[in-house]
Amino acid sequence: MSGRFEPLPGGGAAVALDDVEISILRSLALQLAELIGPGDQPAGGDDPLAALFAEGPSAPPSDPALARLFPDAYCPPDQELGPREEKAAREASAEFRRFTENDLRARKRDDALAMVRDLDSLAAGAPGAAPAVLELEPEKSRQWLGALNDLRLAIGTRLEVTDEDDGGELLRLPDSDPRKPMVMAYFWLGGLQETLVETLMPG
Amino acid sequence: MGGVSVAPVEIERPETRGAPSSVPEPDVPWVTVVHNDPVNLMSYVTYVFQSYFGYSKDKAHRLMLDVHHKGRAIVSSGTREEMERDVQAMHGYGLWATLQQER
Repeated sequence: MSGRFEPLPGGGAAVALDDVEISILRSLALQLAELIGPGDQPAGGDDPLAALFAEGPSAPPSDPALARLFPDAYCPPDQELGPREEKAAREASAEFRRFTENDLRARKRDDALAMVRDLDSLAAGAPGAAPAVLELEPEKSRQWLGALNDLRLAIGTRLEVTDEDDGGELLRLPDSDPRKPMVMAYFWLGGLQETLVETLMPG
Repeated sequence: MGGVSVAPVEIERPETRGAPSSVPEPDVPWVTVVHNDPVNLMSYVTYVFQSYFGYSKDKAHRLMLDVHHKGRAIVSSGTREEMERDVQAMHGYGLWATLQQER
């Protein structure tokens, strides 16, 4: 797997992907979209006006990966708050969440689904055929960058990646470890994201 | 900003509801804090600081290193509404951000 984006002259980025890579990426992006889901939909959610005024959830998601994607806005992870401050921070976080989480979920879901569509449009050839080249315009690159990052956050949370694991312990897992395929995907996605961000870096 | 652009929150919110401090200090500015996490790439965090805040490469890089080494960095300051907007944007990018009143 090459897994490297290259800058295109005049802006944008391109990466060569073979059948297996396309199918892994597509499957991961689809799983991410499903994980993010539409969130809590109000009853009769088909009414666009009702949806516009619908409030989002106030409690953080119980799934750790989702909790990482949608963190509490007023609760710093590194500060001990007094009981009164803590209560106020939770209330303010809940308030913030009600007004922002649905929108954020929709946007992240759209980014993941756009990735699926882009991969589908690549229309992979016969098995064993030469890799297809995915070309992204700058706008698309930014969408992919966000989706790749969300994917890595979700997988990294599942794998319980910590700083010490950075290229360390996880890379040395034996092939028999059930986490191995996910670890391979995690580092592969890291390479894709790293090379994609390089193509977007302003001067 | 493209796929990760941030729509401002249009819904009006009463200022006082859910204020995080029991003794609000209106003159004390609010800040957006970005926290370290083991997944986000250093280059990506720098990119976000440059493209969202419009910071220079040097400043964005310095802030990223603060996040990485000190565990957190104040990346912007202003009114509570402005900081809520910034935090929402950071969450959009997948960065772990919170807001608080500077003490």
